[in-house]
Amino acid sequence: MNRLKKKWQKKLEKIIKDDKRILTDSADLLSYGFDGSFGQYKPERVVQPVNREEVAAVMKLANKYSIPVYPRGQATCLSGGPLPVKGGIVLDTCHMTGQLSIDSENLTAVVSPGILTSKIKEAAEEKGFFYPPDPSSAHVSTIGGNVAENSGGPRGLKYGVTGNYVLGLEVVTPEGEIIYTGGQTIKNVTGYNLTQLLVGSEGTLGVITEITLRLVPKPKKRVSILSVFDDLVDSGRAISGVLSAGIMPSAMEIIDKHCINAVENYKPAGYPTDAAAIILIELDGHPKAIEEESVQVTDICKELGARTVQSAVDEEDQKSLWEARKLVSPAIAKIKPTKISEDATVPRSKIPEMFERLNKIREKYNIELVVFGHAGDGNLHPNILTDKRDTEEMKCVELAVSEIFEAAIDLGGTLSGEHGIGTMKTPFMEKELGSAGLEMMKRVKESWDPNNIMNPGKIFPEKGQTKLVLTE
Amino acid sequence: MKEQALKDLREKIGYDYTFDCVQCGYCLPACPTYETMGKETHSPRGRINLVKMVAEEKMALEDLREPIEKCLGCQACVTACPTNTQYGRILEGAQEVLNDSEKKSVSKKLTEKIVFDTFFPSSKWMAGFGHVMWGYEKTGLQKAVRKSGLTKLAPLNLGKFEEIIPSPAAPKERKARKTYYPAKGKAKATVALFTGCIMDSTFFSTNQNTITLLNHAGANVYIPEAQTCCGALHSHSGDVKQARELAKSNIKAFEEINVDFVVNNAGGCGAQLTEYDHLLSNEAEWRDRARSFVEKSKDISTVLWELGGVSFLEEKEEVVTYQPSCHLTHVQKVTKEPKALIQALSGVVFNEMKDEQKCCGSAGIYNIVHYDDAMEILDVKMSHMKPTKAHTIITTNPGCLLQMKMGIKREGLEDSVRAVHLVDFLSERLPLT
Ligand SMILES: Cc1cc2nc3c(=O)[nH]c(=O)nc-3n(C[C@H](O)[C@H](O)[C@H](O)COP(=O)(O)OP(=O)(O)OC[C@H]3O[C@@H](n4cnc5c(N)ncnc54)[C@H](O)[C@@H]3O)c2cc1C
Ligand code: SF4
Ligand code: SF4
Repeated sequence: MNRLKKKWQKKLEKIIKDDKRILTDSADLLSYGFDGSFGQYKPERVVQPVNREEVAAVMKLANKYSIPVYPRGQATCLSGGPLPVKGGIVLDTCHMTGQLSIDSENLTAVVSPGILTSKIKEAAEEKGFFYPPDPSSAHVSTIGGNVAENSGGPRGLKYGVTGNYVLGLEVVTPEGEIIYTGGQTIKNVTGYNLTQLLVGSEGTLGVITEITLRLVPKPKKRVSILSVFDDLVDSGRAISGVLSAGIMPSAMEIIDKHCINAVENYKPAGYPTDAAAIILIELDGHPKAIEEESVQVTDICKELGARTVQSAVDEEDQKSLWEARKLVSPAIAKIKPTKISEDATVPRSKIPEMFERLNKIREKYNIELVVFGHAGDGNLHPNILTDKRDTEEMKCVELAVSEIFEAAIDLGGTLSGEHGIGTMKTPFMEKELGSAGLEMMKRVKESWDPNNIMNPGKIFPEKGQTKLVLTE
Repeated sequence: MKEQALKDLREKIGYDYTFDCVQCGYCLPACPTYETMGKETHSPRGRINLVKMVAEEKMALEDLREPIEKCLGCQACVTACPTNTQYGRILEGAQEVLNDSEKKSVSKKLTEKIVFDTFFPSSKWMAGFGHVMWGYEKTGLQKAVRKSGLTKLAPLNLGKFEEIIPSPAAPKERKARKTYYPAKGKAKATVALFTGCIMDSTFFSTNQNTITLLNHAGANVYIPEAQTCCGALHSHSGDVKQARELAKSNIKAFEEINVDFVVNNAGGCGAQLTEYDHLLSNEAEWRDRARSFVEKSKDISTVLWELGGVSFLEEKEEVVTYQPSCHLTHVQKVTKEPKALIQALSGVVFNEMKDEQKCCGSAGIYNIVHYDDAMEILDVKMSHMKPTKAHTIITTNPGCLLQMKMGIKREGLEDSVRAVHLVDFLSERLPLT
């Protein structure tokens, strides 16, 4: 066993010849053993390939010796995706940054997986285009990670999520073959749609080594509207009201009263602490159209019981309206040090009901539970604030999180709108997908990765893994 | 580890602070060492996690040494952090624990010898320090420098800085300085100048220019004689005890005159001065005095701005860029004033460089201890500086100034670009009368 270990480790050195890019020290290994969620592991090696050939060679070697390989971008994952739960090799893609080119004629971008998402956005904007997917971690996370998680953001409502912009991929399979899926064209029906199978596959089907993205023209203008509601159900009706009036905002966010209070405690700016919710709406498009729509939105909100409605056209003024939303994360982190950020998603019409269920969970377990999120698409972010060191409370939190998942599924929603399954949500997969559904997914995985070396321990529940565990 | 020992370690290393970090990674793009060294181990998130690993006995303390020593202490990560994680405290704790463990392992005598043989073999540095009134020995600066790791290096790296270090002021010149300089015209404020030990030896003329500018801006300036070293180096090298003593001496020295501001002109020293309340938070009789000292301590740029700006300066054409001091930006949180002063000058074209808020690699004595790493960081900085087409790089801290000079030299730009302290830059525009 040990001899075998030495052997693959020696061979690895032949693949990645620059010894600076093979990490072996304790400090290095531990540094690649966590992400933005829970758990600390220690891989046996970390490699930092710079091109597809190195990745392919690493995969071939790992496949031969059955060594688990864990792709990792910037480890901002909130569900445990890059965690090396079974040791092996962490494959850091951050050094694969060679390619970032914009094709103005075809409105596409070709990028390496280690490029930060915000850089793509900037490069597109320089040429007058727009790359809409906007996870709030865009300035830190890699596009490879975004594709693997199918990340989304507030603009998902109108523009969709990362996957809606992926036209083609270059992928190294678990067996070390380099394959190309999709292409450069918007229309493409040649064979199975492997591109979209790989999107959101959380690094369990292969390593993405290049991505072709679709861009769109930059919207000419934006307007933002902030409305305050005294009643949660009213705010829910306003959301539906706007959408059924035929208006498609580019973003529609909701902040609950606990968040408002947290923000007001953190950086007082006069937010109404007695309100039930704040709804933030952004409209984008042709200036004339927006002008009309913003009047309409204001009227609808008022009609449906908004206490106040405020709109902003100036970029600076818009920024200050969105400030409240931006402050939510840091503000709630002040409540208690450990933040468990969920992204259970329900059909839009069920938002008020989901809020009610969340309120009950909050009371039942007596925990700090706050909710904000992308109201327009039903992607809520219930956040629990707790303290890892308090094991008793953590046990309650585990139960509460499980109930949140169950509530979402009961209401016809899903476990995860954008953060992925990773290690955290595996126990609930069967409940959502049914056993046959889960089994089909498993078969896909097995045929792609016969030796189960590609990010093992993720998405599929391990034997006996039936509930969420957040404590050690 | 025994329970009590573990508890002590956790307390000292700042284990509790590590829980504020949610590992979101928002600090990664801000960190210069993550950029140049290319691994999580040398990122803020990575370092915080490793401190946690040590405190949880999942990693040996010694494995923490390199990641911590290679941190610039620039605190850009603190500014970037959405949860306000106090990385500065964690770093300080880790440094203290690492230094304590080293103390036991190395024979004291041997260290002492290395200090005297290799420490500052530069004649210019020695001359500079020799003339400082309190002497570097007396303040314990010597011990701090030794602990900081400087002693381990070959004199080689220091030699590289020899050429760019200005000559210290002659003792005569220094002795001629008065202790009070009245405002020109009607006084708007009364201030005291914190001279700083390196500033006052190697950059004596910058201190004199500071006084002149303040006088022009309408401030009476006192220079309390009893003041001493700020203690930054002591703190950063883990000698908290001595840092506290120095803090007390300074608080006392500046309490003797009733002033509106205590003005400093070195970002690094200034940052240390604003830490005095934290440093003395456990000493009841000092707490309030420290707080009032901290409240009065201000960077020269802030004070000039508050006194109404620099409209008394004359026009002179120049294309400039600005390299902010990290401690001014990320600890003192002074970002607007220096730029506002520069931009208010007529004839000056200000071109901001990309990532200006990233450390230049000077970081106290980092560029001497970790010469190669610092030069890599500097090269990135210079690659952002060059497109600005500036002829002058303005800085707000002596360390940054020297590093910028080094960068200019490395790029072979000595004939077309210069580096200058903000105060000296402004002084060049003083009316002749
Ligand atoms: C503060 C904060 C805010 C966030 N906001 C959002 C948000 O608004 N919307 C959202 O959707 N998410 C959000 N996230 C989650 C996270 O940022 C995204 O999931 C992001 O896409 C992860 O990118 P990464 O580079 O950090 O990848 P990692 O976390 O390193 O990896 C994520 C997954 O992708 C796999 N992977 C990475 N690179 C590759 C590759 N090249 N090939 C194959 N597999 C790969 C990994 O194995 C892992 O399973 C947020 C996270 C944080 C901490
Ligand atoms: S202090 Fe500077 S170098 Fe150190 S971790 Fe923070 S950003 Fe990086
Ligand atoms: S930004 Fe703050 S919370 Fe996020 S990883 Fe860095 S130190 Fe931790």
